[in-house]
Amino acid sequence: MSDPSEISEPVVSAAVAAALAAIAAVNDSAALKTVRAEHTGEASPLARLNALMRSVPGDQKAQAGKLLGQARGAVAQAFAARETAITAAEVAAQLAAETVDVTAAATTWQPGARHPISLLQERVTDVFVGMGWEVAEGPELESEWFNFDALNFDEDHPARAMQDTFFVEPTAAHLVLRTHTSPVQLRALLSRELPVYVVAPGRVFRTDELDATHTPVFHQVEGIAIDEGLTMAHLRGTLDHFVKAMFGEEAKVRLRPNYFPFTEPSAELDLWHPTFKGGARWIEWGGCGMVNANVLRSAGIDPEVYSGFAFGVGVERALMFRNDVKDMRDMIEGDIRFSQQFGMTV
Amino acid sequence: MRVPLSWLAEYVDLEPGTTPEDVHAALVSVGLEEEDIHRFELSGPIVVGEVLSAEPEAQTNGKTINWCQVRVAPGDETAADGGPAIHGVVCGAHNFVVGDKVVVTLPGSVLPGPFPIAARKTYGHVSDGMIASAKELGLGDDHEGILVLGTLGLDPEVGTDAISLLGLDDAAVEINVTPDRGYAFSIRGVAREYSHATGATFRDPALAVAPVVTASEFPVTIDDQAPIRGRVGASVFVTRAVRGVDPSKPSPAWLIARLKLAGIRSISLIVDVTNYVMLELGQPIHGYDLDRLNGGITVRRALEEEKLVTLDDATRELHPEDLLITDESGPIGLAGVMGGQTTEIGASTRNVLIEAANFDPVSIARTARRHKLPSEASRRFERGVDPAVAVVAAARVVQLLVELAGGVADDLGSLHDATPDAVPIELPTGFISGLIGLEYTRDEVRTSLAEIGATMTETPTGLAVTAPSWRPDLTDKWTLAEEVARIVGYDRIPSVLPVAPPGRGLTLPQVLKRQIAQTLAAAGHTEVLAYPFVSEKANDLFGNPVSGPVPQLRLANPMDGEAPFMRTSILPGLLQIAHRNRSRGLTDLAVFELGLVFRPEPGIRYGADVVPPGAVRPSANLEAELNAGIPPQPLMLGVVLIGNAARHQPGHPAVAAGWQDALAAVQQVALASGVRIQVRQGSHQAMHPGRTAELFVTTAGDADEVVGYAGELLPAVAREGDLPSVVAVAEVNLSDVIAHAGAGIVATPIRTMPAATQDLSLVVDADVPAADVLAAVSEGGGALLESAHLVDDYRGAGVPVGRKSLTFALRFRALDRTLTAPEASEAKLAGVAVAAARFGATIRE
Repeated sequence: MSDPSEISEPVVSAAVAAALAAIAAVNDSAALKTVRAEHTGEASPLARLNALMRSVPGDQKAQAGKLLGQARGAVAQAFAARETAITAAEVAAQLAAETVDVTAAATTWQPGARHPISLLQERVTDVFVGMGWEVAEGPELESEWFNFDALNFDEDHPARAMQDTFFVEPTAAHLVLRTHTSPVQLRALLSRELPVYVVAPGRVFRTDELDATHTPVFHQVEGIAIDEGLTMAHLRGTLDHFVKAMFGEEAKVRLRPNYFPFTEPSAELDLWHPTFKGGARWIEWGGCGMVNANVLRSAGIDPEVYSGFAFGVGVERALMFRNDVKDMRDMIEGDIRFSQQFGMTV
Repeated sequence: MRVPLSWLAEYVDLEPGTTPEDVHAALVSVGLEEEDIHRFELSGPIVVGEVLSAEPEAQTNGKTINWCQVRVAPGDETAADGGPAIHGVVCGAHNFVVGDKVVVTLPGSVLPGPFPIAARKTYGHVSDGMIASAKELGLGDDHEGILVLGTLGLDPEVGTDAISLLGLDDAAVEINVTPDRGYAFSIRGVAREYSHATGATFRDPALAVAPVVTASEFPVTIDDQAPIRGRVGASVFVTRAVRGVDPSKPSPAWLIARLKLAGIRSISLIVDVTNYVMLELGQPIHGYDLDRLNGGITVRRALEEEKLVTLDDATRELHPEDLLITDESGPIGLAGVMGGQTTEIGASTRNVLIEAANFDPVSIARTARRHKLPSEASRRFERGVDPAVAVVAAARVVQLLVELAGGVADDLGSLHDATPDAVPIELPTGFISGLIGLEYTRDEVRTSLAEIGATMTETPTGLAVTAPSWRPDLTDKWTLAEEVARIVGYDRIPSVLPVAPPGRGLTLPQVLKRQIAQTLAAAGHTEVLAYPFVSEKANDLFGNPVSGPVPQLRLANPMDGEAPFMRTSILPGLLQIAHRNRSRGLTDLAVFELGLVFRPEPGIRYGADVVPPGAVRPSANLEAELNAGIPPQPLMLGVVLIGNAARHQPGHPAVAAGWQDALAAVQQVALASGVRIQVRQGSHQAMHPGRTAELFVTTAGDADEVVGYAGELLPAVAREGDLPSVVAVAEVNLSDVIAHAGAGIVATPIRTMPAATQDLSLVVDADVPAADVLAAVSEGGGALLESAHLVDDYRGAGVPVGRKSLTFALRFRALDRTLTAPEASEAKLAGVAVAAARFGATIRE
């Protein structure tokens, strides 16, 4: 293009048109930079027209200036618009190029899991903690006094022989693997101020051969409440609340007379399990009753003043009917696939 | 206890059509546990037949069979199977003659097995049914021939339904009797309970027989020189004699059927009668051959080294606590447990002395346990037998022996009854309502107590209740409360939620224990629960870092003779579990267990020689002694990793698990518990000597407390466990770690001024632990050094042999100003100076 001789509308328009056409033809930011230099740089037609302004007569300066200003504005606007579009397209292209197969993500860690027996104990415990109860613990290897005598198991009573107890040598030392979590009740009563509302989860031991429904090492959760004026109605109320929290609003409890040395009256605890696989039904789940006066006396508590209730349920059994575990051996063999199907919740 | 329904119905009304299931449901509602239902699993047509002819036919196999014509319906009537009145039947037995009445199982019938009967060709004939033996009918074990009805004293019409004739249409419910309800070990007791459950009328069998007062005294002496726990061994001892019993008399079919359903084999009429009365009234009976007794009976404790041959032919070495029945010849029975051989009732017994006694439950229980002889009798005595029923039971045996065995009641006998008078129980008005939480009316209380057989009188404050003689378990007002509550019905008890006082939630150790388990699981470890039973060898290896015997506890009655010890370490169980997983093809594992271990201290005698009595709070001293006698049982964490920690995946090679993963698990524990667990080179006999970290916590007193070990197993130990050569393990004493938790954290203000970062490479001897160099640099760096961590450990060209170059990334920051480079360098050099002084560290240029 030859040097323009004057600032005229056709000349300016031609320069603008040439610039706009060039901008429109550009597709990437590098080319845009070149075009920007060509059409707005010092050597560009518009720049050279601008240089003519010095020679424009005073009375025409305003008009020429306006003409040029509009032209430069239009070109700048076109550049900005194109730049935005090109940047967006380039970012999009880059992101598209970064696409991965999200279903093939590599992980640097393996999935872990809690044991469902532990998780279920914690769940049961939490229901009671929510009611204001506290959690008590005790040793697994116990003195016979805590495991039996203090709990009203006379040394010659058939109930004591029925407990299938593991004894530690020498047997004359009277140490046993606790056959139930009930000794923890005694420990709680001996060590705490009344009233006492505690729940005791834990591992217990009986000399049962391992099969689909028995294991010599298993888990219980027991609860005991001692206060003034506690009744068997309070026992039922507590159990009703507990099973609803665990198994839903439809769940309920049925009490049937039974015998345990440490409670009087005693009851078998049947659970109406509303979501049992194969249909809602009654399930024998544990034992309960009003704490035997002799147990209170063992803890130095006057049974004429205080009363209370206790209950115990099996955790393995609960896992079986709640989560449809068919064989107890799956719980004790430690096959990681068993825990892993539960993950971190039960 | 098994209860034939026909027998039950004699003493309590059963609605027509009552099924065994109905009876179970009723009994369960009053506190007996449902066990099983027993039936004679057979169905008709099974009828009485008369043998019209029997042709012996020798067979090629050497046997001789009888080809019989048997009349199974009178005259020309159609038989029960729709066939002719006379059937041809092949029979292999020979204990019958023409004219005998027998049991014929006609085609279409089914015998227990199940064994369906059809007309079939055999030995050249079509045998149109079968002549049955007692065993085939499920009545007994005797298979010496077919059942000839005449031997049971029966001569029924031909074609009579044999199922009802023999009592085979009866069924029994089996219930589990709880240890407090000894009286329910009888038809009498169960009938009473059924009446409680249903309101049906109960007729006490104990009132159906008149107790007989005997004229001539059979000499009986109760001479207990060593009562157990103050109780004389025999409080009641009744004898009665029956003479002239016909030993050829069979037990009647109904008696055999009832005993069979009740689970007792028929032996002989006399023995069957004693068992029958025991089942009916709950009173164990012993029968002696009167002609084999030498003089009178003395009940006494055994002498040292005395022996007795019991009915089962076993020679019993007696214990001075054993209660014996003796005559002038010496011991003739273990009282209440098992009789002796010398005076046993036999096939020739004609004169019988009946014993119905009441023995001390504790004495019987100990003897039965000592001689491992649980019997029908001992089971009843242990739980308590009605002392008032002995005299009735003796009379009932006499009655049956006269009726069934042709005996004559003799006036020889005796009655010793030292039963203490029952002590009335004080039952304050309102007590039961207050305990149960349900308002019982005065009438409900009285009616319920009367229904169970108690008697009562009014007192100014309530009732004085005397329990019935068959309820030794009713000892206080609480036991009476249970009776009223169950008779009125547990389903009437309302549901009232008590409000506990505000609780304090989980304790810190409880929270941390959970948090540690959750953290380990979230970091990829799987929780397992192993049995705590191990071998002595495993304890010796894992229970102590240095070799030598480890104090440990042995079970007196282990399940597994290979693993009779209580674990002193979590690891042996975890290694077994790792092996089990591997054998199932699960080769990449990270497992953990939180559990108690059992760590007796050397030289301490645990336990207590004497256990204090129940129902009394032990003194503070005694309680402390009991607790001191319990071996320490700390909570431990074990972790085992084998195979790959991360699998081979796109863009990532597999990463093998090793000592670093074990240490990572330890640091997860530290994070979860908020306790700083430090690491130093250590050693443990089960672990790789160069790859073992000793874990320790700095105590408040600035001492180091070792809390565990982490690293890799000794390859030889891994091999012995059938595991790959690299097994990463960690074991941490969580009781100890958690004991250090909960020290309040004092927050440091967050510095917001710009940081200056510098790298520092120090050359030190190769055996200097990096952690110690880092500690020196940090100490010297002072307050300006905000963080420092190891980024490289280089050995090779440019670093002298035997030395290594450790590179640390340091970040400096001041609280109040932008730090200049010279200030940062000055701090860094201060750190270098400490490291130089301690380890001869030099800056690597």
